[in-house]
Amino acid sequence: MNAADKKRVLREMLFARRFEERCYEAYVERKIGGFLHLYPGQEACAIGVMEAARPGHDYVITGYRDHIHAIKCGCDPKAVMAELYARETGCSKGRGGSMHIFDVEHHFMGGYALVGGPFPLAAGMAKAIKMKGGDEIAICFLGDAANNQGTFHETLNMASVWNLPVLFICENNLYGIGTATHRSTAVTEQYKRACSYGIESSQTDGQDIDQVYAAAKVAVDFVRSGQGPYFLELCTYRYRGHSMSDSGAYRTKEEVEEWGKRDPIVILRDRLVESGELTLDDYQAMDKEIFAEIENDIIPYAENSPEPKVEELEKYVLAENDPYVKGGVR
Amino acid sequence: MAEIMYWEAIRRAHDEEMARDPLVIAMGEDIGVAGGTYKATKGLYDKYGPERVIDTPISENSFTGLGIGASFLGVRPIIELMSVNFAWLAMDQIFNSAAKVRYMSGGQLTAPVVIRSPGGTAHQLGAQHSARMEKVFMGIAGLRVVTPSSPKQAYGLLKSAVRCNDPVFINEHELMYNMKGEVPDGEYFHPLEGSEVTRQGRDVTLFGYNISVHWSMQAAEILSKQHGIEAEVVDLYSLSPLDRAGICESVSKTHRAVIVEEAEAPVGVGAEVMAIINEECFFELDAAPVRVSAKMVPTPFNHTLEKASIPNAKDVVAAVLKMISGK
Repeated sequence: MNAADKKRVLREMLFARRFEERCYEAYVERKIGGFLHLYPGQEACAIGVMEAARPGHDYVITGYRDHIHAIKCGCDPKAVMAELYARETGCSKGRGGSMHIFDVEHHFMGGYALVGGPFPLAAGMAKAIKMKGGDEIAICFLGDAANNQGTFHETLNMASVWNLPVLFICENNLYGIGTATHRSTAVTEQYKRACSYGIESSQTDGQDIDQVYAAAKVAVDFVRSGQGPYFLELCTYRYRGHSMSDSGAYRTKEEVEEWGKRDPIVILRDRLVESGELTLDDYQAMDKEIFAEIENDIIPYAENSPEPKVEELEKYVLAENDPYVKGGVR
Repeated sequence: MAEIMYWEAIRRAHDEEMARDPLVIAMGEDIGVAGGTYKATKGLYDKYGPERVIDTPISENSFTGLGIGASFLGVRPIIELMSVNFAWLAMDQIFNSAAKVRYMSGGQLTAPVVIRSPGGTAHQLGAQHSARMEKVFMGIAGLRVVTPSSPKQAYGLLKSAVRCNDPVFINEHELMYNMKGEVPDGEYFHPLEGSEVTRQGRDVTLFGYNISVHWSMQAAEILSKQHGIEAEVVDLYSLSPLDRAGICESVSKTHRAVIVEEAEAPVGVGAEVMAIINEECFFELDAAPVRVSAKMVPTPFNHTLEKASIPNAKDVVAAVLKMISGK
């Protein structure tokens, strides 16, 4: 990343932070319903990895903490917010919600709400890519807790046996919902677990986007060059609760404060200020511009969009007018 | 029209579809080098190679999920689950991913996978290899469920399922792979929806599906020859959606209904057909519909107990005689 790239990703991370904070407010105002899993603290993970990959080209899949992954792939933030507002203009037409953001046009293949569910789906996309001979890769972003599901082990095994072009990104935020990883997991350094399946793996600091980018570049190049799957663990932390219904009782204020000092946005901002590539005034201006975009553009779009029609409740369950349902076409 | 076995019909459908479209693949346990437990993919490994005829590890949930993920990008996987009992392990991917992805993506993404699996009581396979699961699959929005009772259906339903843009579960039967029957020589696509009258009758309708169509046909012959009762037999080859109109049409003709199922009665095909009759054509009935179903027990190992746990043609005859005589 050159200086211009770094300024751009700083803006993307700040945008991600403000976007998610605004979601929080809308949720408290009861404008967003259901479950809401927010990303503050982990911004360098999705943005850093996708900076090293090809957003909109590589196929990305993730769990339910999915807004920022979708936006980084090219999904319009207005469509994401409209989805959270459950509107017809939402990226999943108001049928999916926060946990099921989809933008297939930009190869964001969805957020899924069963922990560990996307592992085999990602490997399957990699299988398809391999069969079709494309140069895309499949990227699966999940948390550390997903690695305690059977799908982790089953999928890594198959991905390795079949040498599939899939990159597994483990965003290790130290908690599976509200249970600390060391209380649930025998081997807490997640990258070591990939070794059982003969998969190349590494671990890096998920709070420092320069390090994320460097590690992801190695991983992406490895997978794209046909050498097989790769597992990259990013050590990170989420500043907010698991979801909006989180009591926070499982971790100390001191711990949250300690990780607060390793804010990925602050780390990059200060680095750019120190090297003279950014002033604090530039940063403030960037923040104001983001605020204006969210308040003047994104929120009004979501609020003013229509809800899905009840008459279309049963649309999208099955294919419409599929000829083979009636016995086909010669 | 050639007479071939049920497994040969399935194999032929695989072969034709794989020859036509390089993105059609087959996957499952022992389906490649070993040729498949039921021979449904016999010889295909040699013809299409390991990239398209894939011997999977014994990881049902994840290899099913892998097929579903591949289908997102246009691959058409035909996934064999060696026994429907193993499908329990793959339920998360079938229900949560394949069946829901079209809806929750607002129509952007579809999972056009075919999942084939045999259920049913065979030869003393015990409780964990003899279950019937169609009742579970047919209650899931976004999933089509079909169940072939003949080689012709086995061929034509698979052909249509591969090309249909919805996920389709094909419920086969352990005991039916060697059954012979006529299959059209040319390509044939069986409808994925509807039902089929396999025997015309006027006195009572026997609703069956898969193996119970055969029990119903045997019962109908006995009823005709020994009791002068003409039973109509309706083959419910589509379990989801069920053919409401077809069910109603036959009941409106015979005014009596018996549903024959190998599975246990609760929350099953019989319960659903009775509900449809109630909703659609209750006043056409001359007698209360009944179910001929399995006993509510895990399938026993002992052969006598095993046979006693599921219905047969005699049970169907008895149910009809009781209904008609009112005794």
